[in-house]
Amino acid sequence: MEVVKISEKFFIQGNEACAKGALKAGCRLFAGYPITPSTEIAESLARDLPKVGGSFIQMEDEIASAGAIIGGSWGGTKSMTATSGPGFSLMQENIGYAFITETPIVLIDVQRGSPSTGQPTMAAQGDMMQARWGSHGDYEPIALSPSSVQEFFDFTIQAFNLSEKYRTPVFVMADEVIGHMREKIIIKDDIEIIPRIMPNKDESYLPFKNIENGTNPMPSFGEGFDIHVTGLTHDEKGYPDTNDPITHTKLVKRLCDKVLNNKDDICSIEAEDTEDADIVVISYGAPVRSVITAVKKAQKEGKKVGYIKINTPWPFPDKQIKKLASNAKEIIVVEMNLGQIYYEVDRIMKCQANIHLMGGIGGLLPNPDEILDKINKIGGI
Amino acid sequence: MRVEIRIGGFGGQGVIMAGIILGKAASLFDKKEAVQTQSYGPEARGGASKCEVIISDKTIDFPKVQHPDILVAMSNEALIKYIVDLKDDGTLIIDPGTTDISNVQDYINEHNITVYQSPATQTAVDDIGLKIVANIIMIGSIVKITNIISKKSAIKAIETSVPKGTEEKNIQAFEAGYNLV
Amino acid sequence: MVDNNSPNKFIPYLREDRLPHIFCAGCGNGTIINAFLKGMENAGMDFDNIAMVSGIGCSSRIPGYMKCDSLHTTHGRALSFATGLKVSNPNLDVVVFTGDGDAASIGGNHLIHAARKNVNLTVICINNNIYGMTGGQISPTSPKESFATTAPYGSKDYPFKLAELVATAGATYSARWTTLQVENLIGSIKKGFENDGFSFIEVVSQCPTYYGRKNKIRTPTAMALTMKNNTIFKFEADKMKEKDIIGKIVVGEFVNKQHPEYSDNIQKLSKENFGDNTLINSAYEVLK
Repeated sequence: MEVVKISEKFFIQGNEACAKGALKAGCRLFAGYPITPSTEIAESLARDLPKVGGSFIQMEDEIASAGAIIGGSWGGTKSMTATSGPGFSLMQENIGYAFITETPIVLIDVQRGSPSTGQPTMAAQGDMMQARWGSHGDYEPIALSPSSVQEFFDFTIQAFNLSEKYRTPVFVMADEVIGHMREKIIIKDDIEIIPRIMPNKDESYLPFKNIENGTNPMPSFGEGFDIHVTGLTHDEKGYPDTNDPITHTKLVKRLCDKVLNNKDDICSIEAEDTEDADIVVISYGAPVRSVITAVKKAQKEGKKVGYIKINTPWPFPDKQIKKLASNAKEIIVVEMNLGQIYYEVDRIMKCQANIHLMGGIGGLLPNPDEILDKINKIGGI
Repeated sequence: MRVEIRIGGFGGQGVIMAGIILGKAASLFDKKEAVQTQSYGPEARGGASKCEVIISDKTIDFPKVQHPDILVAMSNEALIKYIVDLKDDGTLIIDPGTTDISNVQDYINEHNITVYQSPATQTAVDDIGLKIVANIIMIGSIVKITNIISKKSAIKAIETSVPKGTEEKNIQAFEAGYNLV
Repeated sequence: MVDNNSPNKFIPYLREDRLPHIFCAGCGNGTIINAFLKGMENAGMDFDNIAMVSGIGCSSRIPGYMKCDSLHTTHGRALSFATGLKVSNPNLDVVVFTGDGDAASIGGNHLIHAARKNVNLTVICINNNIYGMTGGQISPTSPKESFATTAPYGSKDYPFKLAELVATAGATYSARWTTLQVENLIGSIKKGFENDGFSFIEVVSQCPTYYGRKNKIRTPTAMALTMKNNTIFKFEADKMKEKDIIGKIVVGEFVNKQHPEYSDNIQKLSKENFGDNTLINSAYEVLK
């Protein structure tokens, strides 16, 4: 048996675990604006960043927060912000900027009841499509959704690693339940951290080159690269070239492809008992906890049912889901909104199964008994 | 075995801290699983305070308390509001100094609820000389009555949760609560 | 660095492969770039250590022509990007180029907060009283009764006084000049670099293409004359009645003081309480 060396364990809130994950991943700059239910992330980092020589800055709003972390990242520091729906809306323009300039940053969205000010202290998953399409234009985001306090820690580290590996913003789409509840986390001492790679200073280096795998090494400001970074459509050097259809197409396609062509590396899902299941329940984030409870009960009652837990809603893990749910006749999607990831599942699976939505709003975690009822209802006997 | 506990009181009594200590003791020192949740927002501002803990031998999937096995009422408002959620044959622990059990006596009888009384607030004032340790006294009583976490782990969790320099007073409070019931 | 045989001694500071630039004939940007580079040299700055940040608009295109690290960001947000950059690497000399629409309209909140925090940035705000890049719309500094495509009957709004606003908000250096007081402008840019804090240099500039055309001051020369005739020095303005100053361009320094700086404060907090753990370029390391 493999002996896992445990270095530390804590009984803490999800938001505190997220902050610990950020520090572990090497985050040394946080810029944010207070908003429920994510504020504990800012508060934890305001306390802990100075201890490791890092910088905590409270900005005047969420637009400025997103701007500051992009500036921070080009300054050579892993940078993060945390917010909830209203703040996430405000950040969207600068998120688009981070995509087109290929700036690694991590954004945490602890989702709450919405639209607008909505339900600040209640849980929801209403921002999933905003993470996908919230900024204008074509881009392929990476997003992770934790289902436990441990995962909020793990996925925050993963978000930093993916953002460095693919030079792109990464979202952690958490929710109020995971942000606020306390559970045990174990911090192992063999966690993989991906550092940024400084490019070689030779004439042939181009920061936005159309290379095969799509991701170029990124210099920091002050290292003599004299790099120009712009939100305008730019050539491989970074210079604006806004009227050439080919330059624009090449740039945007490369940005999309560097994520889409690496889905096998990025996408993560977990599944139980789906191979011969008639019914498969698909969920992500906190509702997974309700789904597992319901599926276990249904299995005890003799139902052939399994579940899929999506760890990375974006890019959508279509290949993995198709494979794991290949024998399902009925698929139930459980989420805390009125149907967002449901439409993705419907898009890829409707030819082979009936897709049912169990979308709930109001702020409460889906009730496992209601999921069980649904399983029983569509499961016939 | 999954055990669901709800602790209700008013702001300043430390009911949230009590729940955190129970969860911490179970998950970090007793090799069990635990989840702690609490109420936020307007409900948490108006003076009422609620904290919930689930303790189990196995992985805890659904993290919310729906029907507690154990209700700890440290205010009369909490007693009246939450007793209806308590499971039949459940356990009720009250602080007689801050609650009036006569209001819910019929319900207790009908649902076969076992009642324990822990005069935590009075003991805090009279024996410890610090009203704010009523929550720690209550933890002592909860541990003795329910045996849901070990005494040793509870003490460890208290020691690592309370402000530095106050450990001794708090352990004294815990022992007092343990011996109250 | 400077080659005396080149047509302009500042050419080595420019990305020659990006020339010609997009600025209109008669635009004030050229004068301002020259004054900026002269002020920078006079302050003894190391050009290789300068990073430029800008937003959106004609003035925000300047960093794209400069041979240094440059971040051309979203409209109005340059100061928030610059704040993050400065905090991330306080060793950099961070310069922000912005305009009246960028800094005072869409970015107004960032402007007063960056000033309040006294972030060590040298901000050159080119105020041409109009939106040039989008074709001549009214701006928050356009004089009352001036014309623009979105003020076809003359603007009824009162303009912001930016240098005064920023001084009030907490900046430690703030000045206003026009493109005609080049020597004063060079002096203020030098002082801006030397000031360890938020330095704001407003340059009232001419936009013959839009402001001039819309307001019947069609040539750069006519615009220069109008600016010159409207300009009064601050020491004169201080003695005048408020109603007599309306419509005038008051030039001079509005604040020049010392005050603890933002990124220094952050570093100090960390060092004094927890020892020196700060690390430049920490993203490139696996931290313990």
